[in-house]
Amino acid sequence: MPKDNGIGASPKRREDVRFLSGTGNYTDDIQVNGQAYVHFLRSDIAHANINGINLDAASAMPGVIKIFTGADFEGVGGIPCGWQVTDRHGEPMQEPAHPVLAQGKVRYVGDQIAAVVAETLEQARDAAEAIEVDLEELPAVVDMKAALADGATKVHDDLTSNLCYDWGFVEENKPAVDAAFEAAAHVTTLELRNNRLVANPMEPRVAIGDFNRATGESTLYTTSQNPHVIRLLMGAFVLGIPEHKLRVVAPDVGGGFGTKIFHYAEEAFCTFAAKALNRAVKWTSTRSEAFISDAHGRDHVTKIELALDADNNFTALRTDTYANMGAYLSTFAPSVPTWLHGTLMAGNYKTPLIYVNVKAVFTNTVPVDAYRGAGRPEATFQLERVVDKAARELGVDPIALRRQNFITEFPYATPVAVEYDTGDYHGTMDALEKMADLSGFEARRKASEAKGKLRGFGVNCYIEACGIAPSNLVGQLGARAGLYESATVRVNATGGLVVMTGSHSHGQGHETSFPQVIAEMIGIDESMVEIVHGDTANTPMGMGTYGSRSLAVGGSAMVRATEKIIAKAKKIAAHLMEAAEADIELKDGAFSVAGTDKSVAWGDVTLAAYVPHNYPLEDIEPGLEETAFYDPANFTYPSGAYACEVEVDPDTGKVTIEAFNAADDFGNIVNPMIVDGQVHGGIGQGIGQALLENAAYDENGQLLSASYMDYAMPRASDVPFYGVDHSSQTPCTHNPLGVKGCGEAGAIGSPPAVINAVVDALRSGGHDIHHIDMPVSPSRVWQAMNG
Amino acid sequence: MYNFDFEKPSTIADAVSALSAEDAQALGGGQTLLPTMKQRLASPSKLVSLKGIAEMQGICTGDDGALCIGGATTHADVAAGAGAYPGLAALAGGIGDPAVRARGTIGGSLANNDPSACYPAGALASGATFVTNAREIAADDYFQGMFTTALDEGEILTEVRFPVPEASNYQKFEQPASRFALVGVFVAKYADGVRVAVTGASEEGVFRWTEAEAALSGNFSANAIADMTPGEDGMISDLHGTAAYRAHLVGVLTRRAVTAAG
Ligand SMILES: Cc1cc2nc3c(=O)[nH]c(=O)nc-3n(C[C@H](O)[C@H](O)[C@H](O)COP(=O)(O)OP(=O)(O)OC[C@H]3O[C@@H](n4cnc5c(N)ncnc54)[C@H](O)[C@@H]3O)c2cc1C
Repeated sequence: MPKDNGIGASPKRREDVRFLSGTGNYTDDIQVNGQAYVHFLRSDIAHANINGINLDAASAMPGVIKIFTGADFEGVGGIPCGWQVTDRHGEPMQEPAHPVLAQGKVRYVGDQIAAVVAETLEQARDAAEAIEVDLEELPAVVDMKAALADGATKVHDDLTSNLCYDWGFVEENKPAVDAAFEAAAHVTTLELRNNRLVANPMEPRVAIGDFNRATGESTLYTTSQNPHVIRLLMGAFVLGIPEHKLRVVAPDVGGGFGTKIFHYAEEAFCTFAAKALNRAVKWTSTRSEAFISDAHGRDHVTKIELALDADNNFTALRTDTYANMGAYLSTFAPSVPTWLHGTLMAGNYKTPLIYVNVKAVFTNTVPVDAYRGAGRPEATFQLERVVDKAARELGVDPIALRRQNFITEFPYATPVAVEYDTGDYHGTMDALEKMADLSGFEARRKASEAKGKLRGFGVNCYIEACGIAPSNLVGQLGARAGLYESATVRVNATGGLVVMTGSHSHGQGHETSFPQVIAEMIGIDESMVEIVHGDTANTPMGMGTYGSRSLAVGGSAMVRATEKIIAKAKKIAAHLMEAAEADIELKDGAFSVAGTDKSVAWGDVTLAAYVPHNYPLEDIEPGLEETAFYDPANFTYPSGAYACEVEVDPDTGKVTIEAFNAADDFGNIVNPMIVDGQVHGGIGQGIGQALLENAAYDENGQLLSASYMDYAMPRASDVPFYGVDHSSQTPCTHNPLGVKGCGEAGAIGSPPAVINAVVDALRSGGHDIHHIDMPVSPSRVWQAMNG
Repeated sequence: MYNFDFEKPSTIADAVSALSAEDAQALGGGQTLLPTMKQRLASPSKLVSLKGIAEMQGICTGDDGALCIGGATTHADVAAGAGAYPGLAALAGGIGDPAVRARGTIGGSLANNDPSACYPAGALASGATFVTNAREIAADDYFQGMFTTALDEGEILTEVRFPVPEASNYQKFEQPASRFALVGVFVAKYADGVRVAVTGASEEGVFRWTEAEAALSGNFSANAIADMTPGEDGMISDLHGTAAYRAHLVGVLTRRAVTAAG
């Protein structure tokens, strides 16, 4: 019988009750007494000198409190970058200043020129229209390769060029990799683009700055995945507010997908202005604003080459990638195309030699940073596409070619600096083959052909590194932060527990899954456990949620804290039962003495801790509250095999997804329903990237797809019912739960399966096509078919 | 959104006089106008809602058998109530989503004449008559290019009369993001000939594909236009498709519409 409590059960998500009944408390729901509103005047030109700003007319408009420009931020820090990459030559990356409001120049459509604070939002907007800005348009830098050409216009005049860094990984391997290509029996080459995406969380970003004159404390309410990180970055680097005078609250957050990790100028502005004006200042992004101010994702242009020997063993891999940074460095931007991308290029394969080159480039576009998967989808896409192409060129079965090259022994040290602890790639592929009904494919293809459609089957594997990450390792790699997680477990006198976690839930379901772990450990009902997160005032310093790290790292911290609780509770129980501590057992919410029928209930022990009348006060303190910080020993390495079946309408080029199956190995699973949901959502986003989504700029740096009229989001009708299998489980060897993280897998694993299937379909129709860039929109497919 | 005045008259005459104020604008379902105002791209001084005018609501059959649809009738009502003209009912049922169909009106759509909208194809292919507070306008005279019609300032589209064809079908190929028509083709077969109207494709807005009409009037089958495509000159080229692709789609969708019409 399936469990109905604890690890392995699938209770419905308790937080959904408030989300679905409209009683959530999102940042925009917060009204601070006397709050004023800010509207940002944003540049509609991609690159220009600001020759003058005349505020006279605007400042006199009704309701205007104050209009801020870059001049008001002289002497204030800039938006910091949280990761420094060192280039091939040992030099640090080029790091431009990133002012809160533009100073002297605007560098992308959306860059903030001025901020109008007024009594009402409409008054702020009215006044913004009356600001006279003298912009002298400069040539826009949009194309990455053109940006690196000699004599290209510079996005930042004080940098030597538009090159942020030229990264080689592993640089020492390069000669050996090149030699392996010389010696190869076969080389497969593929050039592709990983399309730029806009994350589009359902809730746009919001920031409210508040200042308490009595205490001198600033508060920022913000739509963030990691309030402590924002407190540290904004307090220490931008505004100079010590952490004990700064509180950051990220209440219910309506989706993040990475784009709410970063510290944004609007947050710093609202906090700064609240103090300057002694008024709370609120900003709510419109959807149009989100398109040009939320950090975008992906945007890589890559050439990948795979070398094989005469027996089809992979002998070497070489990649050459241009990664768009946009106009400024967003918080974690430099890490995405490097450490979150290069380290994954081995994939599931024992390719012995790998060299990755990445040139990060500044352009006059919105900054680009982590988006669900962050670097790993880019790595997986190119690798799994080139393996597929190699299989076709060699005339071998794409699954067999993959299986032949699978890593089978663990732990496995890749040539790209990471060590996979566990995995079973044949296991997930076996599960996938079963689900995908390979033997029935030819019949399904015939049926499609009878309707005039082309049918294709695409498969791919993925590996990802998540549960980020060991602090000492990421420190060596350039991170300017630690990546541990924290939890305080507070047991109340009557036995209920509150967990204050540094992880942040913005759709992941922590309020449901975290209690399952504690319920399992103590043997109590989940309803006795409450999760508190999202407020620096009442949670321990934590690093927040991204990189599929919450259960693997935050959950582990909670386990460690709970272990301390149990250890102390056993001491109390031993005292109450006059037994030796070593003989105490905890089971089903009761402590017993081994080999006897003596027992005390969980609630008796917790009550004793707070009403310590009969209590070993000479040995232990009263109370039952423990904190733990957990720093993982390694990344976790979920893996899987995905398959997609498509139909292509040869008359119109329209692709429809007929089936999608996913076999993942996430190690141990706490809540199977939540894990399924995470995979479903991730695949939906991956299908969105593969078929629909495209943040496209014209040559002047205007975003062509700046609204839902032109930016195509996936809808329910675009995706099939998914087949999902998690039966293949190789638990993580280094965290106490044996869990691996499941939040990004779907988005990482699905785009190559879709494109492999589309190519397969087109080739079955006699079209000699090896690749179509994402999104494979109807027009692109038709274009490819009609040369 | 800027401030504006609001009126909701109950007769066409009152609406006409309300619209005589400077910068006053008619409001149908607001599905186009309100988003434009929210983005501050339109700033009417006054909105005159047509939704309170009973005689502009609903569907009836005229003496000549034409289907007469009040200018303020919603897409949802047409989808449900235009059973006498299934091709048109299906067109209305495919516009936007349920929320859009519950508010958007035929008058608003045809007055707006978005180059990717569906109704213009249905009305032009039907040779509909556009009835306003002042006159009647033939479909062939009504559409005058992207977002441009024969309507004068303040003129209200009160009713549209659709002659009911023997057979008809609308094929809409959705633009992936907006789900408006990337290309839409409406084919209507009448006793005196076939009319084919194309939306979404041309920089001039909805147009009649006369070459296909001629071929189909002689032989109402997809074979009659087997290899036919309109020229790509003047076709829209954008993020979602080149001119050549749109021209190609016109041929494909016309053949599909003919086959589906039967
Ligand atoms: C999400 C979404 C999806 C959509 N998808 C589609 C689609 O797939 N296909 C499609 O064709 N359309 C689509 N539309 C547009 C929709 O059909 C609108 O309803 C229509 O374009 C405008 O009708 P309305 O009644 O809302 O007009 P309004 O927005 O109220 O007005 C539009 C214009 O017409 C004028 N006007 C309104 N009524 C009259 C009248 N009776 N006489 C004279 N002038 C008048 C107004 O002054 C204004 O200039 C979509 C809209 C949305 C928001």
